[in-house]
Amino acid sequence: MMQWIKIAPFDEIPKLGARVVRTKDIDIGVFRTEDDRIFAINNSCPHKGGPLSQGIVYGDKVACPLHSWKISLVDGRAEEPDEGETACFNTKIEDGFVYLELK
Amino acid sequence: MQKMKLVVVGNGMAGMRVVEELLKIAPDIYDITVFGDEPYPNYNRIMLSPVLANEQTINDIILNTREWYAEHNITLHTSARVNKIDRKNRVVTAEGGTSAEYDRLLLATGSKPFMLPIEGANLKGVIGYRDIKDTNDMIETAKKYKHAVVIGGGLLGLEAANGLKIQGMDVTVIHRNEWLLERQLDKSAGKMLQKSLEAKGLKFQLKQNTKALFGKDGRVTTIHFTDGSSLPAELVVMAIGIRPNFALAESAGIHCDKGIVVNDTMQTYDPRVYAVGECVAHRGISYGLVAPLFEMAKVCATHLANFGIGLYKGSVTSTKLKVTGIDLFSAGDFSGGEGTEEIVLHDAVGGVYKKLVIQDDKIIGAVLYGDTADGAWYFQMLRDGKAIHEIRDNLMFGQDSLGNTGHQGQDKAAAMTNEMEVCGCNGVCKGTIVKAIQDQGLFTIDDVKKQTKAGSSCGSCVGLVEQILASTLGGGYAPPSTSKSICGCSDKNHEEVREEIRKNKHLNIPDAMRGMAWRTPNGCASCRPALNYYLLSTWPHEAVDDPQSRFINERVHANIQKDGTYSVIPRMYGGVTTPDQLRKIADVADKYAVPMVKVTGGQRIDLLGVKKEDLVGMWKDLDMPSGYAYAKGIRTVKTCVGSEFCRFGTQNSTQMGIDIEKAFDHMWAPHKVKFAVSGCPRNCAESGIKDVGIIGVDSGWEIYVGGNGGIKTEVAQFLCKVKTHDEVLEYSGAFIQIYREEARYLDRTVHWIERVGLEYVKQRVLEDAEGRKAAYERLLYALQGAVNPWAERVENREKHKEFETITI
Repeated sequence: MMQWIKIAPFDEIPKLGARVVRTKDIDIGVFRTEDDRIFAINNSCPHKGGPLSQGIVYGDKVACPLHSWKISLVDGRAEEPDEGETACFNTKIEDGFVYLELK
Repeated sequence: MQKMKLVVVGNGMAGMRVVEELLKIAPDIYDITVFGDEPYPNYNRIMLSPVLANEQTINDIILNTREWYAEHNITLHTSARVNKIDRKNRVVTAEGGTSAEYDRLLLATGSKPFMLPIEGANLKGVIGYRDIKDTNDMIETAKKYKHAVVIGGGLLGLEAANGLKIQGMDVTVIHRNEWLLERQLDKSAGKMLQKSLEAKGLKFQLKQNTKALFGKDGRVTTIHFTDGSSLPAELVVMAIGIRPNFALAESAGIHCDKGIVVNDTMQTYDPRVYAVGECVAHRGISYGLVAPLFEMAKVCATHLANFGIGLYKGSVTSTKLKVTGIDLFSAGDFSGGEGTEEIVLHDAVGGVYKKLVIQDDKIIGAVLYGDTADGAWYFQMLRDGKAIHEIRDNLMFGQDSLGNTGHQGQDKAAAMTNEMEVCGCNGVCKGTIVKAIQDQGLFTIDDVKKQTKAGSSCGSCVGLVEQILASTLGGGYAPPSTSKSICGCSDKNHEEVREEIRKNKHLNIPDAMRGMAWRTPNGCASCRPALNYYLLSTWPHEAVDDPQSRFINERVHANIQKDGTYSVIPRMYGGVTTPDQLRKIADVADKYAVPMVKVTGGQRIDLLGVKKEDLVGMWKDLDMPSGYAYAKGIRTVKTCVGSEFCRFGTQNSTQMGIDIEKAFDHMWAPHKVKFAVSGCPRNCAESGIKDVGIIGVDSGWEIYVGGNGGIKTEVAQFLCKVKTHDEVLEYSGAFIQIYREEARYLDRTVHWIERVGLEYVKQRVLEDAEGRKAAYERLLYALQGAVNPWAERVENREKHKEFETITI
């Protein structure tokens, strides 16, 4: 069953940056854009598994730190002409805390 | 909000390029309607010659399919020739009555072939060479008739003649001038070309003028010349030039003068109406090649998108003939004349002819025949107005004669087979690149990089990719000017960005982006690191460093590895260490179970495979300064043993290295900066391949600059010889500071010197003693009070939460 899990205070996710959430299966990158939207995607680039949370965030995209693939934070897809996608997770902000929807 | 209406008259390469550019930067502001008089969607007109020569099909050259128009919600009217513009009510109407209202109108009506006004010009079988219909006409005629005459020995005429010959016709080219392609070639090259084409079976009549065409049953049969002779001709192709097609604009009262007159923003005299392509007269010039059209399109799109930036200032063009097996290239003013010098290489037997025309130390024109591999290189220098005296001796022998050997020593794209690998980083073969250029209609290096990945990683093969692009596109190729824009987020080039930051004293990225009207809200992964560096290097101690605009390595002061772990390299000034340091490093490696300990190329110790969350702990335990092995900045000063121990040493190179590394520690730069100091000319520290290499000699120190041991090995060039230790610091410091202030982000010293010339560097560092001292002072000022970033992180652990993983 899906449930909302409290992650961290909103203020502790850096603007145009990310934090890593370690679950029992995978690492999830939780990103904050310039306009304070929060996105969560699998912290693994579809190209060679680079840690996306370490990339440069701009607009609603992140550039992978290994080979600069551009991954959309909205749908996890790689920008053309690269092909591939990484999993996305729902997020919400409540009372100044960020929540992730996970199994 | 109601969208504005944009109507495009002309469904060709220029008009649709504007639409494509517009969709990229402002996809939502217009409802777009396109009128085209041909029955096809937009296709690649410059590839009609390969279609006629059976090398491609019509389907291969379609650039935008009907589905593409539908996907982008563009209303497309084909076979719809617009014959009326009602500017008062802002409506255009096509033959047949289809009409559309506009808020902005874009005219891209192209050009028409010029038809000789002679008797018989309206007979059947007399055509121009402009579109798919003409091409199909020629292919069909070739099936039924034998004799073809092409009037005009220019690029288009020769391509038509070659194609008709391949289609099986007996072809004669009639040309008024004494030699072919007189606008592209001088006489020598023109004669060589004629010989090659004659070997393919084409016939020529030069200095010949057409008088009239006679026919039977309405179809042409004979061509008569002014000298009284005649030839049989069932097909006559007039390829004597094109004329801008501006009748529609003129009928609507828009000011025309041999073309639709536009300003530098591609606007006509009616501010709602823009025009691009072959139909315009910009500063009195009309262009008939594709490259200028694309430059116009880019500018026009930014204005239609209401960004109000970008000016079109005219184009320098180059041409290539698309006849398989014949290589020729020309650019600029190659006719020579007073005040110019010529360098000529002529090998009549080998079929190679090259001429460069030089004026005031710059290339102003080039003609290449038989070997065009260096065409793009010469053209680049021509466009950039590069001073050539330093390379003049080798100029004629091409770029590879400058020691630029390219990938696997391969530097001639033409000599490569389709299976050969061009890009070693991404594994892209020549055939893949050629196919992508043809199938996907690519025109620029950036397009090719994006679509194929070739040249997009280390960049060493970009020259090869450029050659492939130039030879595949022929006349369609225009090499980018090296002063290109910083990235897709702005039209400003690196120099303009730096100047704005200096002039307006921008101190942070949001402010700089606002001041320069950045197109994107927070830039991209290319421009943000560059901006951050420019701010910091222009306004040290004042500008705000933005960690989120730095690449991860600089953000966490460690080097990311392929598995997401990091490497830690502590400073060891001059490569000198102590038993205590080594013990400490060993203990730390044990404590954190570091998977690999390695000695680096720069004489340091690398602890590899460190988890991000262990970094701060390791730094604390090491208690050594950061080695900056991850930085676009000062890396290492490599040293040899020097006079303290070495029996050959003439100078204490080790101490010199330590002193330099301490003096310039913490320095950020456009790219990494490596020093080396050798104690004698045996040069054990490899000073010849460093950004700054210093070699001790008995009487002092020699300073070399611009070396590089990386992607392409570049030997450092001699800058000067100085006597004292302090002079070494001052001269090398001034050199580095000027590089920091003037090079483009991600330029190594060699790239910067290549662009500005060693003479310029010498003038700044050697001749201008006051300027040198001031530059050195500025460097010392910028570095004042810099702290070891590792210690700072250890101290302010709380502030750097991003190092901690959240475990759930």
